[in-house]
Amino acid sequence: MNKIIIEHLSLQYADGTESLRDVSMSIVANAITVLFGPAGGGKSTLLRCLNRLNDLTEVRVASGKILLDGENILDPQTDVIALRRRVGMVFARPVVLPLTIRGNLTYGLELAGEKRKSRLDEAVEHSLKLAALWEEVRDRLDDPAIALSGGQQQRLCLARSLAQQPEVILLDEPTSGLDPISTGKVEAALQELKKEYTIVLVPHSVQQAARTSDYAAFFLQGELVEYGEGKEIFTNPKNKRTEDYVEGRFG
Amino acid sequence: MDKSLNWRETIITAVIKASGYSAILFVGLIFFFLLREGLPALSQVTLANLFSQRWYPIEAYYGILPLITGSLIVTLGAMLIAIPFGIGTAVFIAEIAPRWARDILKPFVELLGGLPSVVLGFLGILVLSPFLRVFLDLPTGLTALAGSLLLGGIAIPTIVSIAEDALDSVPRSYREGALAIGATRWQTIWRVTLPAARSGVLTAIMLGVGRAIGETMAVMMVTGNAPVLATRWNSLFMPARTMTATIAAEMGEVASGSTHYHVLFFIGLVLFLISLVVNVTASSVVFRQKKRAERVLS
Repeated sequence: MNKIIIEHLSLQYADGTESLRDVSMSIVANAITVLFGPAGGGKSTLLRCLNRLNDLTEVRVASGKILLDGENILDPQTDVIALRRRVGMVFARPVVLPLTIRGNLTYGLELAGEKRKSRLDEAVEHSLKLAALWEEVRDRLDDPAIALSGGQQQRLCLARSLAQQPEVILLDEPTSGLDPISTGKVEAALQELKKEYTIVLVPHSVQQAARTSDYAAFFLQGELVEYGEGKEIFTNPKNKRTEDYVEGRFG
Repeated sequence: MDKSLNWRETIITAVIKASGYSAILFVGLIFFFLLREGLPALSQVTLANLFSQRWYPIEAYYGILPLITGSLIVTLGAMLIAIPFGIGTAVFIAEIAPRWARDILKPFVELLGGLPSVVLGFLGILVLSPFLRVFLDLPTGLTALAGSLLLGGIAIPTIVSIAEDALDSVPRSYREGALAIGATRWQTIWRVTLPAARSGVLTAIMLGVGRAIGETMAVMMVTGNAPVLATRWNSLFMPARTMTATIAAEMGEVASGSTHYHVLFFIGLVLFLISLVVNVTASSVVFRQKKRAERVLS
């Protein structure tokens, strides 16, 4: 089933340079879709379109649609706040808010109007378990979140997105600052999470792309070069440029 | 090493050291001078007189309480105006205004900060106090309120400029993190950006308040200068006289070495102590937070 359908999306930066050129692809529900390619290819820009975070920056949509469950989220009428609750995001550098561990997790829910303590506690435990962090922090939920290690902070950010009970989770190089062990934990958590969520990941290496992907899209300078099942892309790519990149001949 | 280079190093180091130490020395000397000229007031005037409610030096009434309350009420009023408006403006410039508006507003606010206070005082006399008199139906517009409004206006550019810098240095990722979990712009500002910039914002407030406490000229021009003890809330709508204005107005005419002269210096001493307490309190608050952050990060 297709969760998100991107139709002929083209983007420009404010200075007129092109960022994405006529991208069309479908993102399948309950799977990990990987957007990969060399820097400057438009992967992060595309990711940030999916929850309209580009609204902050000087990027504008030239043409195209992004349909989430059939609704065009690029429509100016879209309730952006509600959209961002449905489409969660985790960044390359973990962004913990200047609050306690618990506060980081309940913040979004409180903003959405949830006040019942039992619900909040439930959400804290559930989301931390999903993000494979519960065992490490269960005894110090009221410590400042900034005191956690980098890997723990990143899983906290993942948990924070999950606490919102989103439908889609976007991850922008979530493990680029992490050691291999923490990276492994995050990747393992993602494999569990895809049973319930639709996941779109910009990996920080081709290896990670190959390890984690169900579907993979290769971006080169704003163009979607090839898109298909991960196994196909990484073992038997159809496009010469994809093959060169995957085999490490450039990039 | 080249010998001339060595020489130059020594001289430059000595000059830098000398200017550093002299700054400390001057502050020490000022304090010593204040003590030497102010303390004799205590032996020449009884404490009961000094802390009485009447300031009328010609007949040897040296009650400084009305001056202290005058300063307090004017400064408090100024803070009530300057803090919300200053922080609100800083938030607007840093978070809400589009880039082009920001590029105009920021230098403009800083320009306002450079206006000589006597110019503002002049505007206060000609425009503000007649307006207050008519608008609030007061016997005179030269009141503590006029002083508060003017002082608030003087403190606002300082607060805006420094608070805006602090807000601007909050990493963009904080805002994105909050927005990505569905916070509105207001929720992001109130719960994430402002707390993250807290120490800078506090510094901005303290510097703004510091400027308000020490301001003399504008206040002397618009407060009416009547040394009346402020006891009720409506003292705000009556003339008042601050400590700084008293010193500025009377120091030029007083006989050097007289009791009046020493009492004026004693007022200076009190003012010095008040601003010392304010500054130490403020920096200890900021310092404590920094320590806490360091502890957490380590």
